[in-house]
Amino acid sequence: MRNRAVLIALGVIALIVVGRLFFPGPAPHVSLKAEPVLHLGGLVIENTTVAAWASMAVILLVFWRASRSASLIPSGRSWQNALEIVLDMFLNLCNNVAGPRNARRFFPLVVTIFLFIFVSNYLGLLPGYHTIGWVEEGEHGSVWSEVHLGPLNVAILPFNAQQVEGHDAHGPEGATIGTLAPWLRSANTSLNTTLAIALVAMAFIEFWGLRALGFGYLGKFINVRRLLRGDIMNGLIDLFVGLLDIISELARLISLSFRLFGNIFAGEVLLSVMTYLVSWVLIVLFLGLELLVGVIQALVFALLALVFATVAVTAHGEEGHEAQPTHH
Amino acid sequence: MTDEGLKLLAAALAIGLGSLGPGLGIGMLVSKAMEALGRNPEAQGALFTNFILGLAFAEAIAIYALVVALIIKFV
Repeated sequence: MRNRAVLIALGVIALIVVGRLFFPGPAPHVSLKAEPVLHLGGLVIENTTVAAWASMAVILLVFWRASRSASLIPSGRSWQNALEIVLDMFLNLCNNVAGPRNARRFFPLVVTIFLFIFVSNYLGLLPGYHTIGWVEEGEHGSVWSEVHLGPLNVAILPFNAQQVEGHDAHGPEGATIGTLAPWLRSANTSLNTTLAIALVAMAFIEFWGLRALGFGYLGKFINVRRLLRGDIMNGLIDLFVGLLDIISELARLISLSFRLFGNIFAGEVLLSVMTYLVSWVLIVLFLGLELLVGVIQALVFALLALVFATVAVTAHGEEGHEAQPTHH
Repeated sequence: MTDEGLKLLAAALAIGLGSLGPGLGIGMLVSKAMEALGRNPEAQGALFTNFILGLAFAEAIAIYALVVALIIKFV
């Protein structure tokens, strides 16, 4: 037993050393902006958009497969049963947080947000993402030998990139210098995607708030009730608090979108840097970390949307205002 | 020091110092949540929701630091 453990440890160390010395990973190239894949007239299709379509396709396929032969009592090993476990978990969560009256109203948005983010994050860790694409010619970057895939000249990351950096890079004949513009890149590493999800979520939340409380909902933001009554001092404070509420509403948009973007983008950078430093074995630990981050961030986004929606449809204590004038 | 170098330094300081507070906050949050879970394991459901919420709010401060760092670097 002890011998085996030592043997495994030695093997792992040997793999790390061999990978480090003889199979160096590609130099990390960090681009905050998503790279364009196709130009259709004035329309630029970015690789994160393609990845978002891919995750939509995966979700559609899985749910189509599960609901194709849906039965009232699904058998134990069916896809339908597996998905119902997930959906049931979220329905319970909605019931706990929002109460049974609003749970069914919030449930579709919450679970859609979770599924899309979760599937996008996990798909983004697959091989093929971030590794295959065009070479964007430029001064900096690696030297790429040509690989022809039919009529296309493509770049596949570890295989036809050589580790030459800087201005004075001179490759062999027919080589180009530049950086990789991959065809696929984890959807949430573009702020456009995460901001879009956050905008949809906040639009729904404001809509639900308006529908549940009517114009009383706007009273949270522009509170002139006490000002009109002649109570100048407290009225001004109410106005100021309303202003703060407006700002915090906008800050939610920023923090929702940047939280997801920051976490997933930082994960990608971490992975590419670790691949560069230690290309074998150790990277698996970080992939495991990213699997954890991927599901947690999806859960956090969905849960925050649920909680914000619950807060929005709850009356702001305006009815008991006379009884508790200090409540705010 | 060049302007570009100052910018890089400022961005690094912004995110580095900005994540100190949230890091401490999340640490305290997790320690207290674990303590509560140890004392009362049945409360896991309610605890989990509130834990994630608190985590998100603590993390939001670090996100503002990240936004500031990105603005310094790229704008």
